[in-house]
Amino acid sequence: MKKSVAFLLILVLTLGIFVAGCGGGKNANQDTATNDPVEQPDTNDKNENSEPAEEDSSPDKEAEVTSLIFWTFQELHKQFIDDAVLTWNEKNPDSPIELVTEVYSYDEMHNKLLIALQSGVGAPDIADIEISKFANYLKGSTPSLVLLNDYIGSDIEYCVQARFDNYAKDGKYYGIDYHVGATVMFYNTEILDQAGVDPKDIVTWDDYVEVGKKVVAETGIPMTTIEITDQWTLYPMISQIGSDIFDSQGNIIIDNEDNIKVLQFLYDMVHKHKIAIPAPGGSHHAEEYFAFMNNGGAASVLMPLWYMGRFVEYMPDLDGKITILPLPAWEEGGYRSAGMGGTGTVVTTQSKHQDLAARFLVFAKVSREGAIKTWTMLGFDPIRWDVWDAPEMSADNKYTDYFGKGIFDMLLEIKDEIHPTNIPEIYPAAIDIIKRDVVFKSIREQSLTPEEALKEAANELARQQ
Amino acid sequence: MNNTHLTYKKRSHGIIPYVFVSPFIISFLLFFLYPTISTIIMSFQKIAGPGDVSFIGFKNYQNLLNPLFFTALKNTTIYTFWTILVLVPLPIILAVVLNKKTTIGRNVFRSAFFMPALTSVIVAGIFFRYAFGEQETTFINAILGKFGLEPIVWLQQKSTGMFALVVLCTWRWLGVNIVYFISGLQNIPDELYESADIDGANSFHKLMHITLPGLKPVIIYVITISVYGGYAMFAESYTYWGTSNPGGIGLTLVQYIYQTGFNQNDMGFASAIGITLLFIVMVVNIIQLSLFGYFRKEED
Repeated sequence: MKKSVAFLLILVLTLGIFVAGCGGGKNANQDTATNDPVEQPDTNDKNENSEPAEEDSSPDKEAEVTSLIFWTFQELHKQFIDDAVLTWNEKNPDSPIELVTEVYSYDEMHNKLLIALQSGVGAPDIADIEISKFANYLKGSTPSLVLLNDYIGSDIEYCVQARFDNYAKDGKYYGIDYHVGATVMFYNTEILDQAGVDPKDIVTWDDYVEVGKKVVAETGIPMTTIEITDQWTLYPMISQIGSDIFDSQGNIIIDNEDNIKVLQFLYDMVHKHKIAIPAPGGSHHAEEYFAFMNNGGAASVLMPLWYMGRFVEYMPDLDGKITILPLPAWEEGGYRSAGMGGTGTVVTTQSKHQDLAARFLVFAKVSREGAIKTWTMLGFDPIRWDVWDAPEMSADNKYTDYFGKGIFDMLLEIKDEIHPTNIPEIYPAAIDIIKRDVVFKSIREQSLTPEEALKEAANELARQQ
Repeated sequence: MNNTHLTYKKRSHGIIPYVFVSPFIISFLLFFLYPTISTIIMSFQKIAGPGDVSFIGFKNYQNLLNPLFFTALKNTTIYTFWTILVLVPLPIILAVVLNKKTTIGRNVFRSAFFMPALTSVIVAGIFFRYAFGEQETTFINAILGKFGLEPIVWLQQKSTGMFALVVLCTWRWLGVNIVYFISGLQNIPDELYESADIDGANSFHKLMHITLPGLKPVIIYVITISVYGGYAMFAESYTYWGTSNPGGIGLTLVQYIYQTGFNQNDMGFASAIGITLLFIVMVVNIIQLSLFGYFRKEED
């Protein structure tokens, strides 16, 4: 008798170990937002080795505090959302929020979220999803994300609508972006002055090539760099010319004439005019590139506006030497920008407080205050263009210190020169192909012509469809 | 009385062994058998989203006939080939040297060679990623520079990319294989060498006719785990290139699973690749083992 009791105990113990092992991850890596707001910036590395928190046993407060969980892959977004929680709690004393933010690495967060939504348990209330992964979460007949149209309401009139279409399915909005991601040209004025050229004279891409030749001749420094293992050179230029990877019906148009023209143009800049080089390290986010550019390696770089943050953080020696201008147009009067990248914040249907989470999300990102904060805190161009000329936007911050004022005057100029991008279900595969094959094979390896590389990409996409 | 005592004893004997193996049985069922079976089922499904699952027969397996899969298969096979080619002879030679009583500081070298195996792949991978950077000032290019050679763009060409992968693998696993071979060497009786000396054999003959045949079981073991290790390689390639593998130069089968499963949310297809990988590894190992006469030995 005793022995079977012992057996049962052992069995329970063993099972207990397994269950504990499975559940441990849930509460790990937590870090509450509202408890000690002042200390926030210092608690960053808490995520890595914080003890698994006990169940939420927060002391009773007057109004009932709702606890929400937010997953992100970007430390900066955590600070932004934490700040929004403070403002929300001030303005909505009747429905205060306590937000628990969990910061993971990019891949880990997207994988965890995908599996949580797929399996029906373990998803957070609110989560960030990067644009090139977003389509994965809209697959199937019923996405596990909360519809946001009603919450956004009429505010959408003041927003760059193309940014909402990126996170939509059949006209239903599931995500809210942080920024427009207007693509611009960052010029190194020190190098251009040395070559005796003025970037403001550049109107079209042909002018750009001519100026580039002059820069190379005078200084021996390449005019620009081209991303080989990332999409941020080819894709914005494709969008700028008015083309895309897919048309609005989701048909594959990656190998159309405009796109061939763009890739051929990039090829010519590198191999014919010799004014551009493949980005050291393959992309504008490689450590090699940061070092190269910081040492005055190239006279300009084409990137979306959110790249400002990388200059400020990783290229301190260029402080005060960089000026931001619209892209050269393909022809005079043509569009001078493209909306690129982004992260859609979503509310999952697994949330027990969907309504509150959605209201908070819209407050944090679409409201006027929220939009202004995306600039002052994150250095992003807010999706809400009616704040672009607000006085807060020209106040001093680390970005105006670095790049000078008037960034938003320039942005207002090009706000209507951004084509929407089409993001069907197969979009992640398309981005993978651009990053893996298209530019690498045509420009770095030169094993395919630009036309062949794009045709090959189209065939591969068609196969996967 | 006697009878009940017997049954009681019998029963208690019956339970105790199960209690002791239960953790392993449970973990096997939960973390091995269940995922295996559900992977096999998923490989016949299209999984569009939560609750949106349909059986599509062998379509996932038909989709395997695409250039990417073959690139991944080719890369993985080449990688496995090179790691075996390097990581069997080299450790044997070093093990022979380190096993000699006359070698100076052999214990120091044994631990030094073993040390890299204790590092995490990711940490080591990031170090090698920077060492193989393309600037003139990176570790490897700086060494080349000392010899007056031009810097090389290591991680954006097929051959140099593979070289970087094999170097990382060699660095990490050399010491482990040396340990295997040293323990193999110590099992070879000294009498064999003594009688060979009496017969007038030189060191080369002794190596070929005593050492290598004596190490055969260890060699078979090392090759078998290298095949598994080689085909399962993921982290090394991931730290070098992340998910954007230029031209697929570091695309391995496991990375292909990762990309289709997580990057593109096609779990059904990813499962099909996984099952295919399992079969490929089994076939390669069965061929390898039968070439070495492993099965014949069993029958004897």
